[in-house]
Order: sequence, then C-alpha cells, then structure tokens
Amino acid sequence: MSEKVSELSMLEAINETLHSEMARDERIVVLGEDVGRNGGVFRATEGLIEKFGENRVVDTPISEAAIAGSAVGLAMAGLVPVAEIQFLGFSYQAMHQIAGQIARLRYRTQSRFEPQITIRAPFGGGVRTPELHSDSLEAQFANIPGLKIVLPATASDAKGLLTSAIRDPDPVLFLEPLRGYRGIRDLVPDEEHAIPLGEANLVKKGDDIVIISWSYQVELSKRVAESLEEDGVSVAVLDLRSIVPLDVEALTQIVAHCGRAVVVQEAPETGGFASEIIATINDECFWSLEAPVARVSGFDVPYPVGMLENLYVPDEARIRAAVLKTMEEE
Amino acid sequence: MEITDEILIDLYKRMVRVRLFEEEAGRLAESARLPGFLHLYVGEEAVAAGVCGALESQDQITSTHRGHGHLLAKGGDFNRMMAELMGKATGYCNGKGGSMHICDLDLAMLGANGIVGAGVPISVGAAYANKLTGNGLISVSFFGDGATNIGAFHEAANMAAALSLPMLFVCENNEYAEYSPRHKTMAITDVIERAAAYGFPGAIVDGMDCVAVFEAASLAIEKIRGGEGPMMLECKTYRFYDHVGVKGTASDYRTDEEVEEMRKRDPLVVHETRLIESGIMDADSIQAIKDDIQKEVDISVEFADQSPFPELEDMLVDVYTNGESS
Ligand SMILES: Cc1ncc(C[n+]2csc(CCOP(=O)(O)OP(=O)(O)O)c2C)c(N)n1
Ligand SMILES: [Mg+2]
Repeated sequence: MSEKVSELSMLEAINETLHSEMARDERIVVLGEDVGRNGGVFRATEGLIEKFGENRVVDTPISEAAIAGSAVGLAMAGLVPVAEIQFLGFSYQAMHQIAGQIARLRYRTQSRFEPQITIRAPFGGGVRTPELHSDSLEAQFANIPGLKIVLPATASDAKGLLTSAIRDPDPVLFLEPLRGYRGIRDLVPDEEHAIPLGEANLVKKGDDIVIISWSYQVELSKRVAESLEEDGVSVAVLDLRSIVPLDVEALTQIVAHCGRAVVVQEAPETGGFASEIIATINDECFWSLEAPVARVSGFDVPYPVGMLENLYVPDEARIRAAVLKTMEEE
Repeated sequence: MEITDEILIDLYKRMVRVRLFEEEAGRLAESARLPGFLHLYVGEEAVAAGVCGALESQDQITSTHRGHGHLLAKGGDFNRMMAELMGKATGYCNGKGGSMHICDLDLAMLGANGIVGAGVPISVGAAYANKLTGNGLISVSFFGDGATNIGAFHEAANMAAALSLPMLFVCENNEYAEYSPRHKTMAITDVIERAAAYGFPGAIVDGMDCVAVFEAASLAIEKIRGGEGPMMLECKTYRFYDHVGVKGTASDYRTDEEVEEMRKRDPLVVHETRLIESGIMDADSIQAIKDDIQKEVDISVEFADQSPFPELEDMLVDVYTNGESS
C-alpha cells in the first residue's frame, strides 16, 4: 500500500500538523505572542485562529513566564496547551516555569498529573537573526530532568514528531531550526503520521565512521557523508531526533559498527549535548572505538551576529575536516 | 521653565540626526546591505530627542530593540553605529552584536537590548548606584508599551519605588507590540496607570512633539534629582515603518489610513513649523541642518563600507578577563 505524500517545507509541515491535531483534539489550545491574528512571526500558526477561534488560539502579551506558567494551569485543568516561545532565547524569561514547574510536576504529584504540554520554539543560526534569537540552548534544557527535547531535521519528521509531542503525556520542548523552516523541504505523509519519541533515525548507512547529529546539522552531515562517499569513505549519519529521550541503543549500535564517530552540534562546545553523547559512548561501547570521538561545535562565545555567524556555525568544511581527521587516527 | 531658541534648535538637530540616519539604514536594509533585524525608530524621534535633550551627559540610559534613536539623540557616533549595523569590525560591538546590542559607555548608554524589558532592571541598578554615591545623576529607561507586560518591568518599577531611586521610566507607547494592538494585550488604556500601581507619579505626554516631551522630562528630572523618587512619562507616539524593517510582510495589523493620519503629526514637521512660525529659523537654515547631517550620514556609510568584517580571532576575544574564550 503506497502512502500519499506531499512535498512540504518544514514550516508547512508544522503548520499542517497544528491544524490536524487541533481538529482531532478539541482540548488543544495554542498560545503565544502574535500566534493568532498575525499567524506567527514565521507563519507557523497561520490560519489557526480563523479555523479554531480566539478561545483556542490565544494572542498573549509579551509575557513568556505567563505563557509557560499558564500552560501548567491549562494542563492541570484538562486542556492540552501547545505554547509558542517566539525564539528559544526568550525562554530564559520563562525558565523558572519550564525548569522549576513544568518539568517537575509529574514527580511532585506521583504521576497523578500528566503534564501534556508542548512548547514549540524556533532556534539556531544561519538566517542572520541577532544574539539570543539564534542561540542553541538544547543542552541547558537537557539538564532538566522531566523535560523531553525533540529536534526534527526534516519536514516529514517535523510532522511525525510534533504529532507525538502534542500527544505525549510528558512535557516536550519542540525545537524548530530557523534555517530549516523554508530551507528544508521533503515528502511528508498526508495522513496521520506519528513517530515515537526516542527513536533515532539512521538516515544514511555507512561502515567507516558515523556522524551523529540533530536538527539542521543533520542536513549538513548528510551532504558531507555523501560527498565523502566519492572519496571512498563510507560514512553513516545518525539523526538523534530527540536528545531526551536519547536512543542509546541506536547510538551504540552504529558507533560499535563503525568504530569511529563525530558529533556535530551548533551550540558552544563546553557543556554542549555532544559531550553527553560522548560520555554515553564511553559508557556503552568504549572498547569498540578505533579513535577518539570528535566534536564539531559552535564556539564558546556569545552567538555572534552579522557575517561572523558564517564562521560560528559548523559548516560542511568543518564537519568534513573532523571526519577525515578522525579517519586518520590510529 | 523657559525654553530658549538654542534649546529648540538643539532638539531639532537631535531629531534630524535620528531621522536621517534611520532613513539611510532603512534604505540599506531594503537593498540587503544590513544583515539582521532592523527596528526603525522613525516617527518616534520626539521622545528620544526630548528626553535626551533634558539629560546631563553622564545620566545613564538603557534602551530597547528599537534603540538607534536613543543613542543617536544622546550623541552616539554615526560611523560606529553604521559599521555595527553592517556587521563591520569598526562598529560599536566590533560587528559582533548588531543593531540591538549597541552600548556606548562613554555616553552612559548602558545598552540597547534584544530582549524586551531587559533594560529596565538595569536602570534600577544604575539609579541605585547614583543614590549610593550621591553623584547627582539619574538613570533613564526607555521601553515600549509591550514591554510593560513583562515581569522584569514590574519588578523594576516596584523596586525603584520601594527604594525611592532617582530613575525616570520612559514608556514609548506606539500602540503596538509587533503586530498586536495594545488593547488586545492589556486591559488598561494608559500605561501610566502602572506607575500609580507601584506608588510613583507620572504624566502622559504628546510623544509626537519634542517640546512637550522636553518640558515634561525636564520637570520630572528636576524632581527626581531633588530626591523625590522615580517617575514615569508615557509618551504617546507612533512608528511610521513596520515592526521590523521598512515595509514588512506582516498581515494587516493596522491600516494605511491610520499610518497616514499619524504621519500628519510627523514630529519633525511639527517642530519645523514651530521654528519657522516663531521666526527662529527659516526654510533655508532648516535645509542647511539637514544637509550637514546628511553629509555625516553619507560619511558613515562610506566608513562602514570601507571597514573590514571581523575575523575569526575577533570572534574569540572579550569573553573573559584575559580577553579570550575557553
Ligand atoms: C522577552 C522577549 N519576548 C519577545 C520578543 C520579541 N519582540 C521583539 S520586539 C517585540 C514587541 C515590543 O513591543 P513594544 O515594547 O511595545 O516596543 P515597540 O516594538 O512597539 O517599540 C517583541 C514581542 C523579545 N525580543 N523579547
Ligand atoms: Mg509598542
């Protein structure tokens, strides 16, 4: 049976998913700054207010703490909030509610409260947004037990993962790469499409080395892997899809198979999630390694704007160099 | 208080500096020569000019995402600003911060801000330092109507009042926060009510008239310097261009008629008319001011154009005391 698919941008896939999930579950409430009448500054929520009305699509004041905090109250009252933080950097304003409340309520209520809360936020560089609009903060959230952190790399995954995120009984931070909104297009199933959270995707098989990545960096990693194929290096690419939960099994399997690995992230290197991946590799399959695992990261500086972001954000050349260097290690 | 001709001309020059720089920046953004977001201040010049015109040079200000006007009206450097907007190494932040992160510590400009409301608590600290050291300075925070919906504003307002600090809150109420009209995001008509809620006085001011702003600011500043605690001005104003850039792609959140109506109250035209009618200046001397300032703007574009982009090494410095990143 062949599934029907349409070619969509990641942004269109997200918008379509919000439409179909809101139609399916009338408990869903979308809230955020300019998500209603305006349709979202990136147009992710376009058309929702027309279809589902002002009660279910709420234009909030500039009040991130109240957006995140009210999501808790909504969820406790039996609704399903899907909140938008306009840029992930603005989540600092909401940090207490996310880290101190949302993430802990299940624990405090012995699971009597099921925090079915989704927070969507665009992030990442490459589109010349300023400081705090481009920062990759995923590792900071990964250090908060109780939160799930999902980062799609394709339009199809954006649909499949957002569907699961909204339905998930745990709070999910759903991070959307700004560069992928219009820059990533692929075939998306027309019908309901739910990808279980915590299943990594081996987007390319390979035997010599694996590039492990998430979000937009997967796109770059794929290109590097394909180009290296021409040079006779067999490069696998693993898209983690979510960093919490982390698919330790898929990670271990491919690293053990290849014996060499490079982790690519856009965040600053120190304390980035790549470090956690490497620690996991050490725990699970250290003795299969033929070389130290390398990292390609942003730099340990505030996200620089303007032309400097070309240097800051990992690009194909830096990923390629890291792969080749790791291949040379004995 | 008496407003001398000299002051009236000074206010005009401050507004023209902002207007001509901003119009140029808008043109450059349209032709994709400025990376990043550009939030233009055009239409709101009377506020920055009126307030900054009433300040002592070392009174501190904090600014916003729409911050070029505040710095320029306080005497900011065209060259370094234009270079920063173009992302050049000679810019205020060496091309690493962009439009929303410009600081000029020499001018006691403590920073524009990419985060709405973030500057207000910073001004509280500056005001407290002024009080502690008895240096006679006051601190001023500029913020939008939308910013008063964020927690930081409320904490700052309460703290400034509780500690009776020498601080002026300047709300630039342009009736919109991005694409949301004010009445959709707050249930009060006048933001000034928020000052009363924390126990300090304030006034509503015509933010399209630099003289009205200057008078109200001067009055407030005199009291604040005299130790009467914080005050707030709510300047009713309007931005002529879109939230970001010149003509954005946002849906119709406001009508062309509304913009046209407000453009009739263009703060530059209002003041030019006053200057001419009162015989202080004539059309020629007004044009001469504009020509001079336009020349400075043109020079800044040339300066920025010819400046280099920062390099990787530039990106890695100034993270810690030793100048380097880890
Ligand atoms: C904490 C935070 N939330 C959201 C934004 C996105 N944002 C930038 S400007 C703006 C509107 C600000 O409105 P207002 O304070 O009235 O200033 P105006 O733009 O009208 O001058 C918003 C929501 C931000 N920069 N920071
Ligand atoms: Mg406003």
